[in-house]
Amino acid sequence: MTAPTLAPTSAPALVKIPAARRSYGAILAGAVLGLVVLAALLAPLIAPYAPDAIDLSASLAGTTGDHLLGTDSSGQDLLSRVLYGARTSLVAPALLLAIAAVLGIALGTLAAWRGGWADTVVSRLTDVMYAFPGLLFTVLIIAVFGAGMTTSVLALGLAYTPTVAKYTRSVAIGERRKPYIDAYRVQGMGGLRICAFHLVPNLGRSVIGYLVVLFGEALMSLATLSYLGFGAQPPSSDWGLMVQEGQAAVVQGALLPALVPGIAIALVVVSFNVVGVRAADRLANGR
Amino acid sequence: MLARISRRLAGLLATLLAASFVIFAAVYAAPGDPAVFLAGGRDKLTPEKLELVRAQYHLDEPLVVQYGRWLGDCLHFDLGRSFKYSDQVADLIVARFPTTLALVAYATVLFVVLGVGAGILAAVRRGTWIDSAVVGGTTLAASVPSFVSAIALAAVFGVQLGWFPVTGGGEGFTGTLHHLTLPALALALGALAIISRVTRQAMADAGAADHVEAARSSGIPEREIVRRHILRNALGPIVTMCGLVMAGMLAGTVVVETAFGISGIGSLLVGAINTHDFPVAQAVLLLMVTGYIVVTTLVDLVHPLLDPRVKEAAV
Repeated sequence: MTAPTLAPTSAPALVKIPAARRSYGAILAGAVLGLVVLAALLAPLIAPYAPDAIDLSASLAGTTGDHLLGTDSSGQDLLSRVLYGARTSLVAPALLLAIAAVLGIALGTLAAWRGGWADTVVSRLTDVMYAFPGLLFTVLIIAVFGAGMTTSVLALGLAYTPTVAKYTRSVAIGERRKPYIDAYRVQGMGGLRICAFHLVPNLGRSVIGYLVVLFGEALMSLATLSYLGFGAQPPSSDWGLMVQEGQAAVVQGALLPALVPGIAIALVVVSFNVVGVRAADRLANGR
Repeated sequence: MLARISRRLAGLLATLLAASFVIFAAVYAAPGDPAVFLAGGRDKLTPEKLELVRAQYHLDEPLVVQYGRWLGDCLHFDLGRSFKYSDQVADLIVARFPTTLALVAYATVLFVVLGVGAGILAAVRRGTWIDSAVVGGTTLAASVPSFVSAIALAAVFGVQLGWFPVTGGGEGFTGTLHHLTLPALALALGALAIISRVTRQAMADAGAADHVEAARSSGIPEREIVRRHILRNALGPIVTMCGLVMAGMLAGTVVVETAFGISGIGSLLVGAINTHDFPVAQAVLLLMVTGYIVVTTLVDLVHPLLDPRVKEAAV
């Protein structure tokens, strides 16, 4: 009876690419991510229109010279919106993972260092949160505090905390047994000091690698919340929200308003998964 | 064996109690008066309505007593009233649950058949282009959020080709099947990667055993070896993973039902949150979490029946 029953089904094992295809894929994925970062940084310079410029005369235009990726039902230029949307799509997952990292590393290190009751409390808390499948824990928080991007980022940050804590705990237990920790202890250094200045920094590489792997999933979760109307609110050009707004036009035969942001999400998530696995390998192996 | 079952059941009960307490106590985390929050905000709030909420939730008593009464009510399927639908929450859920269950069942059939099939194919043709295509394709599918694949499927097979309807749940068995095909596919796509990967790995592990080599050298046809010697031994992890994924799908219906406009409990939850109808949201969350915990526990209990080696190890 080794397997925990309530392990998350969305394990990072999902994103393993066979070694032979890695280098090709990783270069391509890296290029995609580079472009997306550039798009996010340069959006005001390269976007042909303002992301919220409404032009009802150009409603649902297909790909034309004026609108390279077409327009949505209010005539907003999809290319400009996707370029601006890259900003939320990169910054928001980074923020929520930062929250999860701070809380998760603290709890995971506490559990690994103190063991005993601290370990029990942390793992019971983790169990309770894992009892909520998928996004339901986040959805509960949003049901209580109301929809919005801030609530979504905070709630997802909290929801990802147990995953990070569990990972940190597992690597910290191995690290704690190493002789240099004992050496510091023999010198009379306090537990908190050892953890903060020596143990945690040494875990840094592998935990950061793990966070990179989580990035794609975090982006997907946030986009899903925005799609459901729980995250970004209009007139934001968040990709998930754009898909929701473009959905009505699909029935009218205009596919671009929903598919352009949808493909953008999928492309970035795939790229992060491919790059993430490689980065995690490299960081964990200290290369 | 009996000790194992009772230990699992005790764990189930503890987790259920803790999770339901979180769902219940969430009301107190909300800013402002819990009674106002439960009634759906200040607008159109009458003193009578407020009194009704206080009575339903026993808000004047200590928290633990309130929780106990609420849990007791839930066990009797009295889930409170929705102040938006002015209806019993239990009735709302009973009306919609069958659709959601049908969707989950359909999606489960799809991901088991496609996922296990792809995994077996990849394992049998290990190291060939078929293997890479299965792994690459399912990984790609797992990176597409279900609402995006839902809309892509609706656009291609619903709007362009006109093969399937893009909204609603349908009437009768064939009507339901017809309406739920695209939603079930959208729900199943994301699960294919993990199922095919687990199948492929379990088959590889089982295929490395000595008795498989012995069977092969005694001239038993390969098809027979794969079926009776490899797949049978690999079944434990495959069934476990299928069960876990199916349990998680109850939560996945939230997105897919919204995308296809199906009135199940998933879209009920989204609607409840967007209209600040907390009693409904609370009840749906409780139902989904309970279903998830019960199914995952069942999966854990079934495992030894499929694989007697686990039973011996657990005693």
